[in-house]
Amino acid sequence: MNLFDLFFYALAALTVVSALVLVFSRNVIYSAVGLLFAFFGVAGIYVLLAADFVAVVQILVYVGGILILLVFGVMLTQRITNIEMRTGTLQLLPALVVVAGVLAVLLRMVYKTPWASYAPAEFNPTSAKLGTHFMTDYLIPFEIVSVLLLAALIGAAFIARKERG
Amino acid sequence: MSSIGLTHYLALSAVLFSLGLLCVITKKNAVTVLMGIELILNAANINFIAFARFVDTDLDGQVFAVFVIVTAAAAAAVALAIVLNLYERLKSINLDEADSLAR
Repeated sequence: MNLFDLFFYALAALTVVSALVLVFSRNVIYSAVGLLFAFFGVAGIYVLLAADFVAVVQILVYVGGILILLVFGVMLTQRITNIEMRTGTLQLLPALVVVAGVLAVLLRMVYKTPWASYAPAEFNPTSAKLGTHFMTDYLIPFEIVSVLLLAALIGAAFIARKERG
Repeated sequence: MSSIGLTHYLALSAVLFSLGLLCVITKKNAVTVLMGIELILNAANINFIAFARFVDTDLDGQVFAVFVIVTAAAAAAVALAIVLNLYERLKSINLDEADSLAR
């Protein structure tokens, strides 16, 4: 067990425990905090996978953007002083059974498949290579996704505004 | 040499996916359901990046991960707008109460 393994297990534990808090907490704000630490844990996992650029994007976009947006959603739709902040669950037991089945199938698939796995390369900076990919092989998806983002943001602002008259 | 291989990351991703699925199918609160969706997308991203590291070494998986993150941001923005609109109409974001298409 070397330092790398230790980091992996620590980050995996952080991620899974945070996700458990997210799922089983009855308070929406606690769920949001759980999601925050889950995002940080996943960013750490990306670093261990030599994906430095994606890890930074994960923190910038998920923690700095999506999570703030979700917390805004909580604040705007619930009064903090009353008990409406709580979130109930329905059909927890059947759902647990179904999800346990899904997890069992997934884990069996993961461990039974003979993956064609290479020995990983050295840790190298990825941003230059990613930028080249975006501007050459993936130029069309890159442009489409920019237009998609623009359309989504305009649409979101249009849907969320108060109707007049 | 580290003993952490591809299957470790895939197993972690499977656990995260299951927890996100559990969140989506059991929660009553629309915002919490959205959080579950984000968890599922993160699990998918771990898979993409793990395969980019261990199977395909040309970083295509990381490119896809960036696309997934962008799409997740767009989805979150639109979904939050819909949730706010739902709250305007019903004064509640309990998904069980949103059962009518009529205005």
